[in-house]
Amino acid sequence: MNAVKTIRSRTVVMPATNIDTDQIIPGRFLTTTVKSGLGVHLFADWRYDAAGKPLPDFILNRPEAAGCRILVAGRNIGCGSSREHAPWALQDFGFQAVVSTEIADIFRSNSLKNGLLPVIVDAATHVWLLENPGAEVLIDLEATTLRLPDGRTTKFPIEAFPRYCLLNGVDELGFLVSKDAAISAYENR
Amino acid sequence: MNQPTTLFEKIWSTHEVAPQNADTPAVIYIDLHLIHEVTTPQAFAELRTRGLKVRRPDKILATMDHATPTRTEQVFGGMPITIESAAKQIRQLEQNCADFGVELLGLQHDLRGIVHIIGPELGVTQPGRTIVCGDSHTSTHGAFGALAFGIGTTEVGHVLATQCLLQTKPKTFAVNINGRLPTGVTAKDLILSIIGKVGVSGGTGHVIEYRGAAIRALSMDERMTVCNMSIEAGARAGMIAPDDTTFEYLAQTPRAPKGVAWDQAVASWRKLVTDDGAVFDKSVEIDAGGLEPMITWGTNPGMVAPISGNIPDHRGDPVFDAAIRYMGLTPGEPIRNSPVNVVFVGSCTNGRLSDLRSAAHVLRGHKIAAGVTMLVVPGSQAVKRAAEAEGLHEIFRAAGADWRESGCSMCLGMNGDTVGKGEYSVSTSNRNFEGRQGVGARTLLASPQTAAASAIRGRVTDPRELITARDWNS
Repeated sequence: MNAVKTIRSRTVVMPATNIDTDQIIPGRFLTTTVKSGLGVHLFADWRYDAAGKPLPDFILNRPEAAGCRILVAGRNIGCGSSREHAPWALQDFGFQAVVSTEIADIFRSNSLKNGLLPVIVDAATHVWLLENPGAEVLIDLEATTLRLPDGRTTKFPIEAFPRYCLLNGVDELGFLVSKDAAISAYENR
Repeated sequence: MNQPTTLFEKIWSTHEVAPQNADTPAVIYIDLHLIHEVTTPQAFAELRTRGLKVRRPDKILATMDHATPTRTEQVFGGMPITIESAAKQIRQLEQNCADFGVELLGLQHDLRGIVHIIGPELGVTQPGRTIVCGDSHTSTHGAFGALAFGIGTTEVGHVLATQCLLQTKPKTFAVNINGRLPTGVTAKDLILSIIGKVGVSGGTGHVIEYRGAAIRALSMDERMTVCNMSIEAGARAGMIAPDDTTFEYLAQTPRAPKGVAWDQAVASWRKLVTDDGAVFDKSVEIDAGGLEPMITWGTNPGMVAPISGNIPDHRGDPVFDAAIRYMGLTPGEPIRNSPVNVVFVGSCTNGRLSDLRSAAHVLRGHKIAAGVTMLVVPGSQAVKRAAEAEGLHEIFRAAGADWRESGCSMCLGMNGDTVGKGEYSVSTSNRNFEGRQGVGARTLLASPQTAAASAIRGRVTDPRELITARDWNS
């Protein structure tokens, strides 16, 4: 996993609330046995017509979305299915952070495990971001802050351990494996 | 005297290999890991990359359900599996289970089925256990007083390698359902009502405990329907304290403890209750007596109305407008008599024997309406055999429905069973998201009774119009 320290990028805004993981990556693309290559299917049913042609009005098909690494979404993104293909697809497309007022539990957990930073912001910041698509934003994981272009800065919550893992580019499995003795002791109680 | 604790806290505290501290989440031991073909290939690949073994193959049970076909000739031979990538996933799970020594109830096994149907059926789902699976409907198993929740593929790898997960302790949410469900109102209607009330993110960060007289009166199948959809309210887990109903169910299962071990198990299971005076982080009260059959009209499970009621009218709200446009329904109009093209009875929500009996009870002596396609998919091969022993399959076939092999089928449109673009599907499954049942499919979630009644009329139908109160339970 690559280390994440700061992310500076223009935003892509998808204001819909309750964007479920079936929208992020529809079920028919889950018969893969690898993690890579899912970006082309990201938001497939919103992004392409029946013939597979990109819909020009959909935000991810628009020129201003190119190179954006921060997705600002309506409240409660990532609800529904536990498919980790959702963060894999977002990352493969190029996103490094997802910003909303609420992020569903399993999607949030899956995102943290892959270096896709879930950023929960207050309602006022969220409204500003929704109203200013394409704004250049700085996310600082060391400081756990998101900074708007005018310098206003807001803190976001993240647990100490995933923050440590992301900052250092290490995953959680190594830590769990290091608990072998404690796990054995538990099993032999 | 000890501080009074909730059922959740009792299970959590006895599974801490290491407690949560300022730097790290708790290390939680997992008693049962259920795995399937779709969310495991990348996890096994990670183990191979790191040269790790599966720590406790004896605590894992594998099956295949999500991507598997339901046509008999595709399961048992005669016709190839249409989706080549699905066939590859199936082969890969077979290989992974063989290589790592995991028990697999494979495609042609007579105990195969939807992962959340077979765990309880076999008796491996037991009170007090921690149970995980790479599937959000793992909350189903909480019906037995287990702490059961869905995980992602990376976490599947963690459990394979260490039998543990790193978890931040969730909050607790009491959903108290008082009174008794009226005749004609099912467990599906109850959970849809709950989701409508608390919202699709009302349970985020929480474990729900369903409590109250209405819950105590439910059978295990009904409790599983309720706990199954906890995730649709945003809660990773939903639980119900075990009681005699639980123990009577488990006593009939092949892998529950036997003899003296059974008596000891029941004695310990009886302690798995929330103590009087224990405090939940939040709670909601629901009067079961005031509930009605429910059906969804929108694009998430919280967009739900009584079947006798109207589609709401929130025109101008972009979320509402997008949902109603996708569904092609009219705000303010009755939901009753809306068109139906497809009816699906099955899934981990409503694919158990009692669900099939309920659907058959409505269908008996009727034909489904011209132009309606109906698919009945048992939740497991054991459910299929039991249904056939009762002749339920004959009722479905006589009505004009298709009777299939077990699997997730039309719940999630990734195995060949799909609803067509623009078609209306009354479905007993758990998600009415855009495209969930197929590209452009329009899903209305309801109970098996409502699904069957709607198949007969070819219109959204209150099942109480077809079954009188006197006949409801016969």
